[in-house]
Amino acid sequence: MFKLEKTDQTLLIVVGILTLFAPFILNPFPEGSAMAQFNAGYPDLMQRFVIFGIFAIGFNILFGLTGYLSFGHAAFLGVGSYAAVWMFKLLSMNVIPAIILSVVVAGLFSLLIGFISLRRSGIYFSILTLAFAQMMFALAYSVLTPITGGETGLQLALDDPRIFGASQTPEGNIPVPGLFGLEMRDSFDLVMGSWVFTFNIGYYFCAMVMIASFYLAIRIFRSPFGLMLRAVKSNQQRMNYTGLNTRPYTLAAFVISGMYAGLAGGLMASMDPLAGAERMQWTASGEVVLMTILGGAGTLIGPVLGAGFIKYFENIFSKINSTILHEWFAFLPDGLEDFIVAILYPFIGKGWHLTLGILFMMVVIFLPGGLVEGGQRIRSWLQKRKSEKNTPNGSTEPAE
Amino acid sequence: MGILEVKNVGKRFGGLQALSDVNLSVRENSVHAIIGPNGAGKSTLLNCLVGKLIPDTGSVMFDGQSVLGRAPYEINQMGISRVFQTPEIFGDLTVLENMMIPCFAKRDGAFELNAISAIPAQRDIMEQAEHMLEDMNMADKRHMHAAAMSRGDKRRLEIGMCLSQQPRLLLLDEPTAGMARADTNNTIDLLKQISDERDITIAIIEHDMHVVFSLADRITVLAQGTPLVEDDPQNIKGNPKVREAYLGESA
Repeated sequence: MFKLEKTDQTLLIVVGILTLFAPFILNPFPEGSAMAQFNAGYPDLMQRFVIFGIFAIGFNILFGLTGYLSFGHAAFLGVGSYAAVWMFKLLSMNVIPAIILSVVVAGLFSLLIGFISLRRSGIYFSILTLAFAQMMFALAYSVLTPITGGETGLQLALDDPRIFGASQTPEGNIPVPGLFGLEMRDSFDLVMGSWVFTFNIGYYFCAMVMIASFYLAIRIFRSPFGLMLRAVKSNQQRMNYTGLNTRPYTLAAFVISGMYAGLAGGLMASMDPLAGAERMQWTASGEVVLMTILGGAGTLIGPVLGAGFIKYFENIFSKINSTILHEWFAFLPDGLEDFIVAILYPFIGKGWHLTLGILFMMVVIFLPGGLVEGGQRIRSWLQKRKSEKNTPNGSTEPAE
Repeated sequence: MGILEVKNVGKRFGGLQALSDVNLSVRENSVHAIIGPNGAGKSTLLNCLVGKLIPDTGSVMFDGQSVLGRAPYEINQMGISRVFQTPEIFGDLTVLENMMIPCFAKRDGAFELNAISAIPAQRDIMEQAEHMLEDMNMADKRHMHAAAMSRGDKRRLEIGMCLSQQPRLLLLDEPTAGMARADTNNTIDLLKQISDERDITIAIIEHDMHVVFSLADRITVLAQGTPLVEDDPQNIKGNPKVREAYLGESA
């Protein structure tokens, strides 16, 4: 099925099921319970999971396969967002043309930036991409204000032309992005006992796009082109002396990953039709690097896991405040309660970066292959335990 | 007229004249050895042939076409493959994948955006790679990580990768450097077999006289950046100039 190897096919199906049932999986705690704040099944966050998943999948095609570490990929995401919003302003509120334009524009920008940056490798390449991204950020933030909206960002207005749509709704509001009549912000709540599950059209649209992007990434990983990209990472000297020109290979990888970033940017604007320069800032570029490394660079599922992990922390850990901590530890004697809350306080709320930083360091030091390597270790440990259990009974099975 | 014609090649690095007035003619289907003491310019000459360095003067013609000013990958696509002093292979990939890459390069050229088809669907490439692994006696190692192999096996793989491109000229840079005697003899046998069975010209840079005299049909001796003599092996052995270059004047 899907022209994939068995293991890849399983992986794709698992990812598909997880994304489709995410509203259930991410909402395990009943509404109103003390644990409900750990629920992540609300549309806004779920959209962010899959959109940043797409961003990281694309980044991994460049970084995971070729080893070229771009520090400017957020620029392509930002460009994609601007392109989509302009499409909403000028053409119509349909998300399809908006997303197509954002992918195309991001592809063109990455072609230009990649062409120049890929003249160097290693740290020099990273610095070049960072410099380009910061230049683009600066342009978007101030110089190009008529196009980008500058500090306030690019927003829709009531007097936008929208030649294939309406400038205003009959009620005099700005129309919302949609897909042939389906509005992206529309949701449907399913109440089961004390659980509330929200199904959002925007999320499912993004999830479909992510599954398609993931499928495409698997095909690229397993193709002759993917093999060449891994060869670039392994030994460029041998590539050159084997009659292969590494430059177009790396450039193609750069453009593909730039287009993935543009796709993510376009989706972001489709969910919430505004675009700001802060999406292009270097911290945003650094974030996708963290996601990829945290999940496992060069693995298929790693970047998606990393993206989910970081976005979960950003949105859930940052909401815990000292009142909540005091509630949790209320059963302890007063002095001890205050002491523990004082120790934990720097790691929550605005301090979630600290927790993330420590986790990131631990992963890099103990699990260089990221969360995926962690999963593999647990699996092999379980298998070993299982076979040890079997040995005393004399029921050892020959390996394969 | 040889398949490779080097004429009046000179190369200077700052104050050092690494090569001056090098003339060399490699006959088709022969094994041509280039020997010389350390610093004689052997590696510089080799780098000029494969496009890593561009000589200051002179010309390098391969099969009637100039190689000067072309990038290494273009020269390779003309039919010159190079084996390095320390084996250059794709250490992170499996042995089979290593072998497939030159097959792709031969079939698809320097760049091909073949991003959607699955590798196992490329039957011709798979067959060629498997076939070459069998020729190299490495079929049992096909799923091994290339970096995990012994040095002798890496060398064998590298030679196999070069051969699977069906080059017309194979350049070897001290192929037995740092090898144990047994590995050296295996490599000699392999190279002999290659030059007997295939339509291929081999140019070899070597330090080890045992290797040189077991393989070469023709020898060029380089000393201080210029060719001292070019002759058949039996004449080289007794040549007083060669002895002097290698052992110093007192010998």
